[in-house]
Amino acid sequence: MVDYYGLDEELTTDERQVRDAVRRYMDVKVRPIIAKHYQDGTFPTELIGGFAELGLLGANLEGYGCAGMGDVAYGLAMQELERCDSGVRSFCSVQGSLCMYPIWAFGSDAQKERWLPGMARGEIIGCFGLTEPDFGSNPTGMVTRADKLPGGGYRLNGTKRWITNGNLAHVAIVWAKVYGTGDEARDGRVHGFLVPTETAGFTAQKLDGKFSLRASVTSELILEDVEVGEDALMPGVVGMRGPLSCLSQARYGICWGVIGAAIDCYETALSYSKDRVQFSRPIAGYQLVQAKLVHMVSEITKAQWLTLRLGRLKEAGRVKPAQISLAKRNNVHHALEIARIARDILGGNGIMYDYPVGRHMMNLETVYTYEGTHDIHTLIVGQDITGLAAFE
Amino acid sequence: MKVLVPIKRVADPANANKVKVAGSEVSHDGLEWVMNPFDEWSLEAALRLTEDASAKTRTGEIVVVSIGPKAAVDTLREAMGKGAERGVLVDGEDTALDSNVVAQILAKVVEKEQPDLVLMGKQSADGDSNIAGTKLAELLGWPVINYASHIETSDDGKTLTIKRELDVGVQTLKVQGPAVITCSDRILKPGTIKNGVTPADFEYPDLGDLNSRLSNLKNIMAARKKPLDELGLGDLGVEPVRVDEYVGFELPAGRSGQAQFLESVDELVQKLQSEAKVL
Ligand SMILES: Cc1cc2nc3c(=O)[nH]c(=O)nc-3n(C[C@H](O)[C@H](O)[C@H](O)COP(=O)(O)OP(=O)(O)OC[C@H]3O[C@@H](n4cnc5c(N)ncnc54)[C@H](O)[C@@H]3O)c2cc1C
Repeated sequence: MVDYYGLDEELTTDERQVRDAVRRYMDVKVRPIIAKHYQDGTFPTELIGGFAELGLLGANLEGYGCAGMGDVAYGLAMQELERCDSGVRSFCSVQGSLCMYPIWAFGSDAQKERWLPGMARGEIIGCFGLTEPDFGSNPTGMVTRADKLPGGGYRLNGTKRWITNGNLAHVAIVWAKVYGTGDEARDGRVHGFLVPTETAGFTAQKLDGKFSLRASVTSELILEDVEVGEDALMPGVVGMRGPLSCLSQARYGICWGVIGAAIDCYETALSYSKDRVQFSRPIAGYQLVQAKLVHMVSEITKAQWLTLRLGRLKEAGRVKPAQISLAKRNNVHHALEIARIARDILGGNGIMYDYPVGRHMMNLETVYTYEGTHDIHTLIVGQDITGLAAFE
Repeated sequence: MKVLVPIKRVADPANANKVKVAGSEVSHDGLEWVMNPFDEWSLEAALRLTEDASAKTRTGEIVVVSIGPKAAVDTLREAMGKGAERGVLVDGEDTALDSNVVAQILAKVVEKEQPDLVLMGKQSADGDSNIAGTKLAELLGWPVINYASHIETSDDGKTLTIKRELDVGVQTLKVQGPAVITCSDRILKPGTIKNGVTPADFEYPDLGDLNSRLSNLKNIMAARKKPLDELGLGDLGVEPVRVDEYVGFELPAGRSGQAQFLESVDELVQKLQSEAKVL
């Protein structure tokens, strides 16, 4: 395990234990089967029960059958998930940070009781519908709408695209602009709805043909006159703060997650290069290869310490969203770079499913784009340090 | 039922290649620590003895005890994350311990805790001495049964029926507790433990190559709040007496010889006869 600066000593016993328990679970249950699922383009649904039993779903939430762990322990769990596969980590991120978290933070007591325990047990799967075909980096422009019905409740119309777990989900968190409430503070503003996916007018269509995140289900959600009751609306938040606070949770998990992918790539490249002999000696003995390995371990080490500090800030309730953006931007960028270098060091073997590096490399292309693209995070940090918004 | 499970942290046997020698001792620098796998088997057995596996409730108590430096707390918390109720850490540096000292310390802990049973590893994966359990039983005047493969408790929990798998067959013993028991890896198979609480038809999942059940994150978080006592040898009134001394340690010679890939089993048998001369 890469720990060049003794990060272990900065962790508490339970943090180390969470990391080790998840690592062990992943090594035993997931690593042996994941390449096949990736190749077949299937999500390993057989693991959901195991993830739930392990306590991974909504692990950082308190109550409702959740493990209630701190942010650093949660981050380390994400690291171990993604050390295996970004798609598997995405499943858990979506279930916990994007679906259970908003219900926990913005839902009514009845909504929490109805959904959270079953979601922690993995019996109810959620998906998070924010992005639309024409509104990706700019979700504020969304056109999905929820019209207030005269007899109470809402009618939803719109299309959501690139929705992880869309076809697995029992409940979709749909972000939509409400109209017809007669309340100026609410009309035209974004609200979150809990839409059971069996509701009439709701369809999910799996997006096939991906070369990235293949062991994860990505879907398009179509809402055509979907009618839901008043109890579907999450009462605790109005406006983009709702979805953005979920994204802060999930992005934080990604910061740790991609360190896991980078570590897997580095460790694979390190051991491969020590065994692979070309010309007179193992390729790890050549300066060019050493420069690559040193670059990898440097960037992993920097990311680990950056992210540990981020986690401690988050635990203290002092983290700024722009700080999460900085780490997401930095860590994903370098994880992708490390995956590409590892791919190179493995030569021809680097393109084979027998080794994890090509799969990580392809996966990280998605991670670079989702939850705010690399450049969007540049603009977020840019705005934070200059006070000038450069989005429009 | 109250079970005492002694647990040692050992350098990860999977990373044996990182071991370095400093004089007569193994250097601990850069090693990764894990729970002694043989202790894990006993912990798993103890967990099965003290739970209703189908209702997922704990019915007895497990106290895990480790003798080691402060960092061994991790290993105890790991055991508590798997279900043990309490931990006891006895302060002691590995270099000051031999099997005799370990048994002396454990005997004092047993006196203090009064368990119905001590379930321990048959040996530790680093020292491989295979002495501490037997020695402890001797100090306590308790029966000792090594390499148990099955354990069944009577209704009152006092009598234990234990099976041991031997080369010549399966031996069944009855023993009146309290007793010291060490386990073989057979104990990890489904159906080896009957505690009268877990329904007889309950199927434990196959652990594969794990040495004990995986911890669940909720239990790990809960284990933070479980009681853990830290004691010194003085608190226990132990005057450690070493009866052996390490005088030298050498790493094994590097493996020599080359692997040969053969085409058929016949060829293998022939080579084992003519070249290796082992048949
Ligand atoms: C596999 C996968 C799973 C996903 N899962 C989910 C999910 O579960 N839920 C969900 O809601 N969404 C999900 N997404 C959507 C994801 O968040 C979006 O893809 C992402 O926000 C980018 O949007 P876009 O694809 O429309 O790209 P665009 O917004 O069109 O961006 C294209 C390019 O333009 C750049 N760009 C955009 N605006 C600017 C600007 N102002 N200045 C400079 N450059 C700019 C971007 O940085 C990028 O390089 C998922 C995406 C993928 C690929």
